[in-house]
Amino acid sequence: MSELWRLTAHEAHEGLRRREFTSVELTQSVLERVAEVEPTVNAYITLTADLALEQAKEADAKLAAGAATPLTGIPVGVKDLIVTKGVRTTAGSKMLENFIPPYDSHVYENLRRAGAVMIGKCNMDEFAMGSSTEHSAYGPTRNPWNPALVPGGSSGGSAAAVAAGECLVSLGSDTGGSIRQPAALCGQVGLDPTYGRVSRYGIIAFGSSLDQVGPIGRDVEDVATMLDCIGGHDPRDSTTNPEPMPDLRHYLGRDIRGMRIGVPKEYFISGMEPGVAARIEEALGVLEGLGAIVDRDVSLPSTGHALAVYYIIAPSEASANLARYDGVKYGFSDRSAPSMWENMEQTRAKGFGNEVKRRIMLGTYALSAGYYDAYYLKAQKVRTLISREFAEAFARYDVLVTPTSPTVAFPIGAKVDDPFAMYLNDIYTLPASVAGLPAISVPCGFSEGLPVGMQIIGNFFDEGRILQVAHAYEQASGFKNQLAPLAAG
Amino acid sequence: MTAIATEYEVVIGLEVHCQLKTASKMFCGCSADYSGAEPNTHVCPVCLGMPGVLPVINEKAIEDIVLTGLALNCSIAPFSKFDRKNYHYPDLMKGYQISQYDLPICRDGWLEVEVEGERRRVGITRVHMEEDTARLLHRVDPVTGEPYSLIDVNRSGTPLMEIVSEPDIRSAAEAREYLVRLRQVLRYIGVSNANMEEGDFRCDANISVRRRGDTAFGTKVEIKNMNSFRAVHDALVFEAKRQIGVLEAGGRIEQETRGWSDERQATLSQRSKEHAHDYRYFPEPDLPPLRLSAAFVERVRARLPELPAAKVERYRALGLSAYEAATLAEERPRAAYFEQLVAALSGDEARRAKLAANWMLGEVARWLNANQAEIDRFPLEPAALAGLIEQVASGAVTALVGKEVFDQMVASGESAQAIIERQGLAQISGQDELAGLVRKAIAANPKAVADYHAGKETAVKFLIGQVMRETRGRANAQVVQELLERELKK
Ligand SMILES: [Zn+2]
Repeated sequence: MSELWRLTAHEAHEGLRRREFTSVELTQSVLERVAEVEPTVNAYITLTADLALEQAKEADAKLAAGAATPLTGIPVGVKDLIVTKGVRTTAGSKMLENFIPPYDSHVYENLRRAGAVMIGKCNMDEFAMGSSTEHSAYGPTRNPWNPALVPGGSSGGSAAAVAAGECLVSLGSDTGGSIRQPAALCGQVGLDPTYGRVSRYGIIAFGSSLDQVGPIGRDVEDVATMLDCIGGHDPRDSTTNPEPMPDLRHYLGRDIRGMRIGVPKEYFISGMEPGVAARIEEALGVLEGLGAIVDRDVSLPSTGHALAVYYIIAPSEASANLARYDGVKYGFSDRSAPSMWENMEQTRAKGFGNEVKRRIMLGTYALSAGYYDAYYLKAQKVRTLISREFAEAFARYDVLVTPTSPTVAFPIGAKVDDPFAMYLNDIYTLPASVAGLPAISVPCGFSEGLPVGMQIIGNFFDEGRILQVAHAYEQASGFKNQLAPLAAG
Repeated sequence: MTAIATEYEVVIGLEVHCQLKTASKMFCGCSADYSGAEPNTHVCPVCLGMPGVLPVINEKAIEDIVLTGLALNCSIAPFSKFDRKNYHYPDLMKGYQISQYDLPICRDGWLEVEVEGERRRVGITRVHMEEDTARLLHRVDPVTGEPYSLIDVNRSGTPLMEIVSEPDIRSAAEAREYLVRLRQVLRYIGVSNANMEEGDFRCDANISVRRRGDTAFGTKVEIKNMNSFRAVHDALVFEAKRQIGVLEAGGRIEQETRGWSDERQATLSQRSKEHAHDYRYFPEPDLPPLRLSAAFVERVRARLPELPAAKVERYRALGLSAYEAATLAEERPRAAYFEQLVAALSGDEARRAKLAANWMLGEVARWLNANQAEIDRFPLEPAALAGLIEQVASGAVTALVGKEVFDQMVASGESAQAIIERQGLAQISGQDELAGLVRKAIAANPKAVADYHAGKETAVKFLIGQVMRETRGRANAQVVQELLERELKK
């Protein structure tokens, strides 16, 4: 059985179901691929090969017993801020280099219940703070389409692993674009669900009012299958939607004739690469060809403020979320100083990277006495404004379509010393995050040989609709299952 | 008070932290009843503040704080929220405490206090919900002599109410009275043990002084580390004197935090305003806002028992003295026993209340004192005690015999009726039966008889005593006296 790692999850599921191969064989194939390309890509912080083979054996037993779900026996990658009991979980930080959690996250529990096989914990920007996966204490992940380039971030490891064949599907997390942007830069499908769709229990927090776990896969169907597995109400996360999950498969394969698609003009700004603009224009043509009604004259005037809002709210929340890492209870602990307070300071000075420190300082400042009203409170008000504009737009349109990122993948090191240039990467993904809306990035061709992504934004808890449009587009365009042309290293 | 001191007015506001006695902690499923447990055995990832965990609101705690708010005459906010209070300390597992900042659950209430006969309402600014911290245990290494600290996380995340008063309190005595009344209410409604020595009832004070007649407040000083009612009282007395002394010497009061030292009997400076914390409060994103419906509040209100102040009023209306009413209403179980006793007696309510109060504050209190017990350990059911009280009240037995029967009842659990019958303790009121005994006493005590005839009235009492001794207290003293006087005048 050769190159099973090339299969999508649903193709693999068919093969497993028909007994064409076993999960152990599938897993071994993926592990071999990992061995070949991982030295180049560095998609994983921790590989769990032995555990994966054990889980694959269990999956085979399940398959044999006829108790399989669509994810039983499917090799997955799991972003390393998703807590996994007994498996080191670092969040890309030196601070947690030895942290072995005694508990599971909700999403990993669900994956395991479904019988999925974990290949390893995917690399990421430290505490999800970054757009290139260069800010990892475990070295940068490289873009499988060109190892000199970044894969995007912060879920760069999760996207690169799928693109390189190091797993079939993966979980990432999205705070301001951390699933969609790397999915776009690696030519994959990435879905950021509605805030409240997926439980955050056991997701190492960055910006609590923004964080959301979501899937990255090689096609829309795989992403829908993953969301179906991880989504739904969890009593341990009071912000999850108590409504039951809709049947997402119902939306796949349905036509989009008469679907009203809005294209907000504020997303087509200077700074966008011409190749990206051209691909989006072509994609809109495909959607029109499918019978959708595309309105290119939509205006969301507050779009430009999303960046400022995000860089106040997310760091503010992060400044509190990261306060627990002080070396007293778990994780990295510097005990070289003579006093407790100095040790706490040294632990944080040495345990956090520069980008994390930058954001803790930003957030601490924004929340400080005398600045709270001008920054945090103002940001919350503008956030409400952005949400209201989206709400008005969704009264007229079923979905909104934009580019996912203004550029294709950029060279490693190009923006790492220019935080603001790095922050601009997320300019198209931030508004939906700030509003808590679901959005998906799907591949829509190439510019200069590198993948371009199209973002489809939906109304609250209307993941079905964006999956429907994404799937219809994918079927018509043929941009799917795009494995990177990466030779064994 | 010195002449100078009387020119000043003391202004005090109190902040009380009170642990709720819910079964589980505020935001996780761990048992909140950790007293006596091994350190770090009532913990989970949530109350340990591990990465990625989330809080879930304990609904019972919300019910309890609403009950508290209602008992303190507060209005209950239909919309409130939790906030993060940010500060670093090793006993704070997450590096922030989930608390409530600008939208507490309860606000604008009051509690009545009475000092030296003067009744006043002390305003309650707010009651809000938060989580407790872990506990630090400070140790010294026996070998190196180095100090070190251990952390017990059992307390982390247990529900804590903060009850903030208005600066309405005007003396240390009033502050103590406020705390006593507050603790009483919290125990009455059953939300907390409110035990200051155990640390589930903690008090900080804000105190300033100003010249009488001034409308503006003076600079306030926060006093911490007061671990008993007495410490609160003494610290406030000390601090008021200190502040007046500073002002009289032409100095200025510095806004600061001071700690009470039991050993030094003084408040000592801990932290000046320049080093005050900036807690950087912001809304807790992990918890949706709290919406309490009117129906929910009414359901909780239905749980509200009659409060001590109302009980005292009612008892007084039944004819009890202020002292009797206050003592009986002091603790809810005691009041409940009293009320059951009243219900078990016969006759009009004022009579029953008076009888019950006499026995509760007499024999029952004596027994409880002697046995260092609370009413819940008193062995007699109210109905059984009522049986005895009726026997005495009706004259079936004498008061003296009643006490003896009481002792036998608490020892054996037998009913009053049974003891009286078996031991023949019924009162002797029959003229025929007593006449013989009276004549016998007169015959045996010629000296007393002579005294009587010499005009010494007390001689009769002596002779009654002789008859009583003869009957082991069973004789009806009144009948005996009548017979004696009739016989002696012959
Ligand atoms: Zn717990």
